[in-house]
Amino acid sequence: MAGLAIRVEGLSKSYQLGQRRGYDTLRDSVAAAAGSLFHGRRGESHRKTIWALDDVSFDVQAGEVLGVIGRNGAGKTTLLKILSRITEPTRGLADIHGRLGSLLEVGTGFHPELTGRENIFLNGAILGMTRVEIARKFDDIVEFAGVAEFIDTPVKRYSSGMYVRLAFSVAAHLEPEVLLVDEVLAVGDAEFQKRCLGKMQEIGKSGRTVLFVSHSMPTVTRLCDRVIMLEKGAIVADGPAIDVVSRYLTSDEGTQSARRWDDLESAPGNDLVRLTSVGIVNRSGEAVESIDVRQPVGVEISFTVLKEGEPFRPQIMVVNEQGVHAFNAMDTDPRWRQSTAPGEHVSTAWIPANLLNEGLMMITVFLSTLASGRTVQHVLERDVVAFQVVDPVEGDSAKGDHSGQWYGGVRPKLDWDVR
Amino acid sequence: MSVDVTAEAAVAAETAATRITRIRPTRSALGIDLRELWAYHELLFFLVWRDIKVKYKQTAIGIVWAVIQPLMAMILFSVIFGHLAKIKPEQRDIPYPLFVFAGLLPWTYFSASLTMSSTSLVGNANLITKVYFPRLIIPLASIFSPLIDFFFAFMVLIGLFAWYGRAPDWHAVAIPAFLGVALLTAFGVGLWLSSLNVRYRDIPYAIPFLTQLWLYATPVIYPVSMIPRDWRWLIALNPMTGVVEAFRWSVLGSGVPHYAVFGVSSLVGLCLTASGLWYFRRTERHFADII
Repeated sequence: MAGLAIRVEGLSKSYQLGQRRGYDTLRDSVAAAAGSLFHGRRGESHRKTIWALDDVSFDVQAGEVLGVIGRNGAGKTTLLKILSRITEPTRGLADIHGRLGSLLEVGTGFHPELTGRENIFLNGAILGMTRVEIARKFDDIVEFAGVAEFIDTPVKRYSSGMYVRLAFSVAAHLEPEVLLVDEVLAVGDAEFQKRCLGKMQEIGKSGRTVLFVSHSMPTVTRLCDRVIMLEKGAIVADGPAIDVVSRYLTSDEGTQSARRWDDLESAPGNDLVRLTSVGIVNRSGEAVESIDVRQPVGVEISFTVLKEGEPFRPQIMVVNEQGVHAFNAMDTDPRWRQSTAPGEHVSTAWIPANLLNEGLMMITVFLSTLASGRTVQHVLERDVVAFQVVDPVEGDSAKGDHSGQWYGGVRPKLDWDVR
Repeated sequence: MSVDVTAEAAVAAETAATRITRIRPTRSALGIDLRELWAYHELLFFLVWRDIKVKYKQTAIGIVWAVIQPLMAMILFSVIFGHLAKIKPEQRDIPYPLFVFAGLLPWTYFSASLTMSSTSLVGNANLITKVYFPRLIIPLASIFSPLIDFFFAFMVLIGLFAWYGRAPDWHAVAIPAFLGVALLTAFGVGLWLSSLNVRYRDIPYAIPFLTQLWLYATPVIYPVSMIPRDWRWLIALNPMTGVVEAFRWSVLGSGVPHYAVFGVSSLVGLCLTASGLWYFRRTERHFADII
């Protein structure tokens, strides 16, 4: 099958600020209506409009695997929701040729009281499969999920791993001509993720069209032929995966887990001190992009002191991708009390295991002098590196067997004293 | 759940001509894509099936609730209104418990549907924000699942007839038509309440109050004949009046049916559904954004 699979033209979506926060109460609306009666203006006229998606146009050929990347709030999810017909565009149009399947999460509509078998049928119907179709694929679904012996057990008794496997398995057996996928692969244990990726690759190779939204650059490069990058609701790059991904990683909008400045002259800092590299390392000192929540992670900061005379104290700030400030930490080593010797210095901040929450963590690095009541900041590199914290949900992290979202800037594992 | 279905037909149907999905901002709130609604009839079936299944899996005595609720109400009403207040059915030979139970049957179905459907959209928010399907399926499913309770309660009515040594009237064959009007009314009101509830979460607080008031505004515990003739038009505006009266006529065979009352009630039910559909269509496009 050749030809156009997706055509998007001038697609835009606006939200009224304040509307997005969710429901109103009847009282608010009555009050607003009454207010407008007396003041002669509409209650919502002072509401601000923001464009989550702003005049986006692109075509996808049949059989193409297109990646969509961008920082949080860039409009990726809005685009996906419009193409999946969950929400309507404010302006513009999109045409999708062929049977459409969308996966914004796995296990949509799963009910804990129903058995695995019942949930396969329910979830399949929700995803748009017919009853006969589900019946035909039933054995494959069960086999892929590896839950055959629990198929008549209510899914509330499943371990979170089994639950996710079953949910993904139903989704994986959806056979659309055009598939829209959100980051549903970031679930389950490493072994299962590998199988999911394999399945995705298989779908891509079978000539079906895939639109894949992701944060994971390695996955995007591996799966996609072409990538578009969104920024503030607009397309800023469109091209071969490698090109766009590397542009994303080097741009300010991008995130990377290691940065190095080889040219001392242009490195961040001043003529007293320059930052030379920042990297994320695991316990064995290897550079990593993501870390298991149950493992400690190091932020390795290298800097070169050019002139003697001042003490330079490294400091980090950790902010998650929602912009929530998790914490600041200062290197308290006594050596930073005296003036620092010229030359290369390396200090690694160890963030303990089971402290951070899941998701993308962005690190800001400071080098400052704190002496006799004055603070001088020599280096302040905002969001210089970032890394993913991953929780495989095996029950031994702070969220136990809970597989859903977990709120908070940090997620320490506490000692629970049970009597 | 039976799984042994032959699949060849489905495979053939799947590989039909290429479908084109057109995504545009909606301009009008008129018109319902019936063809699309039909394409999702299996989802409707599965949602109804889920609601029924889950309801009876979670309760200890399950389906017995469907019987206990109207039965207890009947006993209570018979004591208070039949025995103490001495309300009499139009036909003096009909025992009050039978009279009130015949009224409670369609009423219980209606109030259960109303309660279910008013919170149906919000209760299925996880589906609405993650998957596309005609949103109308959700309130539609919620008016079908209480039918199973109606069916069991109907068995009790038959038992009650046996107890009093009577037989249901042959008019009972018309029950589906009257039930249809109850369905229609519940759907219309449900459309309004469920879509209002997406924006205004006050609705669940209003529901118990609304159903209680509505019960007394409906001739369940009293016959229409108790209402002064000059005021009957007012009570006929309540679509459930026509349903309850017609239902009673069909099982008890009491007198002549109030054709005019049933006609007006059906018309009001139809108006409620039409306006409900209009409001639902008008607000539907924002559900996923604000739910």
